[in-house]
Amino acid sequence: MSMDAKEIIARRVALELRDNTLVNLGIGLPTLVARYIPEGISVAFQSENGIIGFGAPPPGGMEDPNLTDAGGGFISALPGAAAFDSAMSFALIRGGHLDMTVLGGLQVDGRGHLANWMVPGRLVPGMGGAMDLVAGARRVVVAMQHAARGESKIVPVLTLPATAARPVTLVVTDLAVIEPTPEGLVLRERAPGVAVAAILAATAASLIVPDGVPEMALAG
Amino acid sequence: MQRTAITAAAAAHLIPDGASVMFGGFMAVGTPERLVDALVARGARGLTIIGNDTARPGVGVGKLIDAGCVARCIVSHIGTNPVTQKKMIAGDLQVDLVPQGTLAERIRAGGAGLGGILTPTGVGTAVEEGKTVIEVAGRRFLLETPLTADFAILHAHEADYSFNLTYRLTAMNFNPVIALAARVVIAEPGEIVPVGVIPPDAVRTPGILVNHLVERPR
Repeated sequence: MSMDAKEIIARRVALELRDNTLVNLGIGLPTLVARYIPEGISVAFQSENGIIGFGAPPPGGMEDPNLTDAGGGFISALPGAAAFDSAMSFALIRGGHLDMTVLGGLQVDGRGHLANWMVPGRLVPGMGGAMDLVAGARRVVVAMQHAARGESKIVPVLTLPATAARPVTLVVTDLAVIEPTPEGLVLRERAPGVAVAAILAATAASLIVPDGVPEMALAG
Repeated sequence: MQRTAITAAAAAHLIPDGASVMFGGFMAVGTPERLVDALVARGARGLTIIGNDTARPGVGVGKLIDAGCVARCIVSHIGTNPVTQKKMIAGDLQVDLVPQGTLAERIRAGGAGLGGILTPTGVGTAVEEGKTVIEVAGRRFLLETPLTADFAILHAHEADYSFNLTYRLTAMNFNPVIALAARVVIAEPGEIVPVGVIPPDAVRTPGILVNHLVERPR
């Protein structure tokens, strides 16, 4: 079995999906989660540009220029879909009506704070909807690689600008599942074939390691 | 009330250099492209544009950025437009980044006569800098001020002869929100239909808010 890092992350995050919930997937890695929805689970996906209940792109030649996701890619509308304006879209997000969001990350720190909207002097894409999503979604799951350019993305204290003061709910990487708690970051699961010692060595922040850290299950 | 449509070029001449212009569109979906083209053709300069994002080069308001029409943009995202980023770094373009939901609500407040909004978004981040924090029932909120503009340029699906507007799917986005927040509202519809074709329940923007309708290409 060979799986790349992104597939491991997406398949593990998919197990966080709950039946009959509203979910927003961020652009990039998080969108892969939609490929691995567990059987028997029905979720509605929101795209913050103004739709609930979208599906895969239609066959070539059947795209609707007025039906796109937040990245500008063509999508389809599933039975039961609803379209709305940006004020409604963010009222859903901020008002506690969104059960879960899955977002990419640049850094998560020891208190569970996320940074994902700018690297000063190098990359300034803007926050888009990320700050509203972290402030408002009931559960915030970060889906990101454990390290970038050989450096841990799980750090003691953020060195990049924070996305929100609120800690995230769960962090899923290609090595581990980590839960921010008031006591600190708790190592909940390890990726298939990855030892606890390897996770600790790859993590700049300190982790609380319970007795017996199970291997993560993967959807699909 | 019988009203008449004007050409995109005539509409672009209503918008002077230096004006503030709210635009509909999310990654250019729902942006009035013919109005944008007419502003580029007119050689508009010094505009402040307010909307979700600057799309990509050559698309939507990305064309205004390419052509040097814009001095300042108030948007939530510029990550898909390298020209915006290059001009910002070179100091040729001022970029004010606003969280997307906060942007929508600041515009809504501006159009609804409110003195601002209280939002939890941005508390404890760089967005908080310089802003008043107000505690309500033990929770901290940022006081965000209303946004208005000289002009709003909208893309609609249908307009009737009374300028009532409908929108389609994800091309709606900021369009109905900005329709309330500008002194002069110019809408570019995909179709113009007789009064009565759009049922009153389907009208998303009442025609009374729309000052000018852009005619269909002939």
